[in-house]
Amino acid sequence: MSEIHLECHDLLHLLSDYLDGELQAELSAAIEHHMAECGHCRVVVDTLRKTISLYHELSTEPLVLPAEVRERLFHTLQLTLPEEQR
Amino acid sequence: MVEATASEFSLEALRAGDRQEFARLVAAYSAPLYRLALRMLGNPQDAEDVLQNTFLKALQHLNEFEGRASLSTWLYRIAANEALMLLRRQRPETSVSDLLQEDEEDDVEMPAQFVDWCCLPEEELLSDEARRYLKEAVQRLPPKLRLVFVLRDIEGLSIQETSQTLHLSEAAVKTRLLRARLHLREQLSAFYAERLRGQRKQP
Repeated sequence: MSEIHLECHDLLHLLSDYLDGELQAELSAAIEHHMAECGHCRVVVDTLRKTISLYHELSTEPLVLPAEVRERLFHTLQLTLPEEQR
Repeated sequence: MVEATASEFSLEALRAGDRQEFARLVAAYSAPLYRLALRMLGNPQDAEDVLQNTFLKALQHLNEFEGRASLSTWLYRIAANEALMLLRRQRPETSVSDLLQEDEEDDVEMPAQFVDWCCLPEEELLSDEARRYLKEAVQRLPPKLRLVFVLRDIEGLSIQETSQTLHLSEAAVKTRLLRARLHLREQLSAFYAERLRGQRKQP
């Protein structure tokens, strides 16, 4: 089987799928082969992966609804707060 | 997305106008929807407006909810639409159809930053300053990229759920997601390259 050869520009379009693990094996192998030879692409892939993981990290920050926002919401909707929330 | 709780609500009771059931729904979804709105708009007052309007709309349209999508996807969709409307009011030059149109130019910008900052220590990557910068960087994304990025990479929706929420094709979601991610990578590279230089200067 002949290997797929990728240029930097081709690789760019496949990056999201590659990092999300949704790319077929041959194409993933082609990306890895390209990265082994192209320093710039390797940095782009590594820092892009890190970018996504930093935002995943950020998304785990707890975000509590401020009590006054919740009160105003229930007031606007003319609802009574369920007992377990009081 | 708080998918697990969706099945805990009785659609029948909600449709019949059961106020207690609706109150339970509001209590369960107000925090994630507020967070979504805050991340999409970056401003607590706007996020609160979106939150209130989302539930007012939901209440108004419960009868039209067919149950094809999950209740949470439906609520997310309303919230995303409300956020879009608000963006349009604030920036009249961007129309909602512009934000949701399938006009995908397939072009992605070629990367320009090639500094490898992955080796920075975790406390530097996620310092208070870095966290602030990460959030600001999302706000600097063009709105149509920001919507997709927030839903997919911050709220953790799948490509399919994001496409359902925004009424966009999966292909369009993927293109926008890639462009958003690359955009953010450029911004983060500039920020962390600075930190890397600072570190090297230290004895």
